[in-house]
Amino acid sequence: MLDAYSILWSDLAALKRRWPRYLITTLMSPILYLVAFGWGLGRGINLNGTSYLEFVIPGIIALTAMTTSFNGAGTRLNVDRLYFKSFDECLMAPVGLPSLLLGKALIGVVRGVLSSVGFLAVALLIAPHMHISLPFVLGLLLCCLTFAFLGVLAALLARSHEDMATFGSLILMPMTFLGGTFFSLAQVPFGLKMALYALPLTHASLFLRAAALDQPLPWASFLILLAFFAIFLCGGMLALKRMSV
Amino acid sequence: MSNIIDISGLNKEYSGKKVVDGLNLCVSQGELFGFLGPNGAGKTTTIRILTTLTKPTSGKVLINGIDVARDPASVKSEFGVVQQHLSLNRDLTIAENLELHARLHHISRSERRKRIAELLDYVELSDHADYLIDSVSGGMKRRAMIARALIHRPKLLFLDEPTVGLDAQTRRRVWDLIRRMNSEGTTVFLTTHYIEEAEALCQRVGVLHHGKLIALGSPLELRQRLGMVAVELQEKENGTTYRYFPDRSSAARFIQSLPNTERVIMRESNLEDVFIELTGQKVIGD
Repeated sequence: MLDAYSILWSDLAALKRRWPRYLITTLMSPILYLVAFGWGLGRGINLNGTSYLEFVIPGIIALTAMTTSFNGAGTRLNVDRLYFKSFDECLMAPVGLPSLLLGKALIGVVRGVLSSVGFLAVALLIAPHMHISLPFVLGLLLCCLTFAFLGVLAALLARSHEDMATFGSLILMPMTFLGGTFFSLAQVPFGLKMALYALPLTHASLFLRAAALDQPLPWASFLILLAFFAIFLCGGMLALKRMSV
Repeated sequence: MSNIIDISGLNKEYSGKKVVDGLNLCVSQGELFGFLGPNGAGKTTTIRILTTLTKPTSGKVLINGIDVARDPASVKSEFGVVQQHLSLNRDLTIAENLELHARLHHISRSERRKRIAELLDYVELSDHADYLIDSVSGGMKRRAMIARALIHRPKLLFLDEPTVGLDAQTRRRVWDLIRRMNSEGTTVFLTTHYIEEAEALCQRVGVLHHGKLIALGSPLELRQRLGMVAVELQEKENGTTYRYFPDRSSAARFIQSLPNTERVIMRESNLEDVFIELTGQKVIGD
């Protein structure tokens, strides 16, 4: 754990120097989504007694957690590994592979939590009745962990920067718009609904939305997200073992 | 003197192409050893295998008696590495880069501070400790990498092309640093494609060509095997041809026997001559 913290420490040291810039850049997209979908398209729409704005905010939080955790862990690792080669320094240090994997993922988790909390603070100004409970925090943390480990896995498998961009276009981008973020899955045809349930962001959105709106919690979604987290963690471990001696 | 590096039958293949081909080599403790060869000769691959970054196809490597393949975790504390690429964390300052490395090597907080201050002083970067990596010169970055590699006080230091891309003045400063580290007991294993670097620094040189070790010895021994004096004959039809002689008098006798001595140069031989004679090509390709 101490080794994982050491790896995280380097990112915290860098983040400490430029957190205002980081927050502004990562909050830009979710705030634009909020303005465009929540205030623009969704004004006046009501979903089972909930305003569209209140409906969409937890989804955007899940989306923000996904994007910033994935990029915070994955994109940075991809650049460190393939361009700067500084990941080799970690591989040559007497650090266990689980600690190395965890340390790299925690970088994404910290960035994901920071951005999500930043957006949440903005969102609470608009929708002060959102319910921020322990399950909400747990769901948010699990969401950040899941996508941070997915980022690490993608970065370890990628053979070029283009591979990471392709992963973003083919996996993250469809998830952004289809993962239950902006619309209710109840309105979707059965076949497509089943396909959308195969996306981790769908379950993150469902769980965070239920927690934020103080509705019965879909624990099945939490467990599925947990399963995705376990799969990405094991995948990352295997990929790391494969590349190290 | 005991061996700190012991390589036997080392092979590395990529898609059926041999990059390291049956390498057998020992480096003694305290030695300053150089791997000389052109780009693509297999120098970096060999260093990557020795430093646990690449799995060999076959063969055995012992670092300070520890089998690299069987116990990579233990062997990682034995060496420091300065990679050919700039592998510093660019989001951090010079001191923070050293701090990160010290943390990864489990050095205590008080000891970390002491060693960082000592090493920054050693590589003459104390005044730039809090500078971000991208704001310092190439030579400073290279010295910072050397300081970082020494923070856990390794017995063995790998330097992969340590002066590539540096100007002549900075290169000599790095050479002085390498000599100093070696004189203080650190074994140095460096790769280079600069002839003058191998000649200036290394007590022993291994010449690598297409993954094979084709010559091994001190720069002087390698030159003696070839001939200490080189005669360059510049001819219109055949270009420049080279002849080697054990001493100046025999070279002079040869020149006197030539019908036309207008385009003849007599000089001391060097490792470039050794390499050309062994391989038929220059170390730095045309």
